[in-house]
Amino acid sequence: MPRLDEDPFLTPPIITGGTPMKANKTGHWRSARPVIHDDKCTGCMLCWKFCPEACVTIEGDRPKIHLDWCKGCAVCVEECPADAMSLEDEEGA
Amino acid sequence: MRKTLMGNHAAAVAVRLARTGVVAAYPITPQTQVVEALAEMKATGEFPGRFVRVESEHSAMACLVGAAQAGARTFTATSSQGLAYMHEMLHWVSGARLPVVMAEVNRALGAPWILWTDQTDSLAQRDTGWLQFYCSTNQEILDATLIAYRVAEELLLPVMVCYDGFTLSHTYEPVDVPDQALVDRYLPPIQYPYALDIKEPRAFSALPKPQEYFRLRRRMDADMQRAQEEVAVAEEEFAELFGRRYSAVEGYQAEDAEVLLVTSGAPASTALDAVDRLRAKGLKAGNLRIRQFRPFPTAQLRRFLRPGVKLAVVDRNYSMGHHGIFCEEIKSALYAMPNPPQVFGYVAGLGGGDITPELLCEAWEDCAAGRGDLNAPVWLEDSR
Repeated sequence: MPRLDEDPFLTPPIITGGTPMKANKTGHWRSARPVIHDDKCTGCMLCWKFCPEACVTIEGDRPKIHLDWCKGCAVCVEECPADAMSLEDEEGA
Repeated sequence: MRKTLMGNHAAAVAVRLARTGVVAAYPITPQTQVVEALAEMKATGEFPGRFVRVESEHSAMACLVGAAQAGARTFTATSSQGLAYMHEMLHWVSGARLPVVMAEVNRALGAPWILWTDQTDSLAQRDTGWLQFYCSTNQEILDATLIAYRVAEELLLPVMVCYDGFTLSHTYEPVDVPDQALVDRYLPPIQYPYALDIKEPRAFSALPKPQEYFRLRRRMDADMQRAQEEVAVAEEEFAELFGRRYSAVEGYQAEDAEVLLVTSGAPASTALDAVDRLRAKGLKAGNLRIRQFRPFPTAQLRRFLRPGVKLAVVDRNYSMGHHGIFCEEIKSALYAMPNPPQVFGYVAGLGGGDITPELLCEAWEDCAAGRGDLNAPVWLEDSR
């Protein structure tokens, strides 16, 4: 086996990514997507509050789910007090 | 200015003198007055930094990850179960190379429920990549905290300043509180080289390749090794400015001793009295005080060891199924010597039992008389 005998100080203390984590799109991890039904949504924003990945933003007085990053955990669907959300299988999932 | 301070207040005063930017902490006995004093100083305006109240020790350290990454000088304090709860974040802090400083007030771990001191809490964090200092006086708590910031920010590694619950934390001693101007000379404003910059967003602590991780860990160890020298430099400059000298291992009557007590924390000051009592009886006793546990001061320890000397290591901590933790570290550090000294383990004061001069004399005399067992520790009980 090769030995790691180069000067350890040639390695920097940390390595940072040139792109922010926003560029790391995680939407393709999802096997099911949350869907908001506008007719039932009261705009209470609990989905925005509960989303563990901060994928929900507030657009005017309604929530919007950003599917480029949503991993499909369905916490929002579970928490929605107005029953205004459902979970729908991704195609091919 | 000379003041009478309890150990916990000495830590808080050091944090104020260091012009710490962000404190996040959760109270736990026996650390509580560190946080209390800082909160009071915040209320009166004496401490101008941010004081963040959090719901747990894990959150306290997570909060400091953000604050330190933003470039602030940071501080927290905890004890025992609180430190255990914080454990996961300790790795995140050291791996991210954030120079966080923490006061760790040693308290035994439950179960059963226990409030008094022993060192198993902080020593169980041995492999988290934090430097660890062990203090023997309230003055040293203040001084070691200032030194901790100097070395943490030089090395980009976090530092734990450990001291005995109640024995130091709640006991009042005279403490020289240095002038702010002098502290400012010793501790210039923090310049964290990887501070967040909103104009240039980057991803921190993101997933590396195994080969990168391997090299980062090797670099971290190289900085930990470099700490041996950097801490000595910081202690030397501290001595020049403040007139108080510290080193990783401190000897007392060690030159001609036949058996050396090896102690840490508050019992290391009691040991000076024990050595004097033994010397008064004509016995060649000495003491080595281990102040620094990580990086382990192997070279500094070996300098005190003459051929044939025996070590009686008194541990107020324990690794179940093995030995006292300092005892094992010392054996490991001395194994590669041509003729390593014999190392005998004595365990005492777990859960806060007193480690008295009488107890330390007994450990010394037991070792000198050849009654120690190289393979198993002697458990010494304070009978009171």
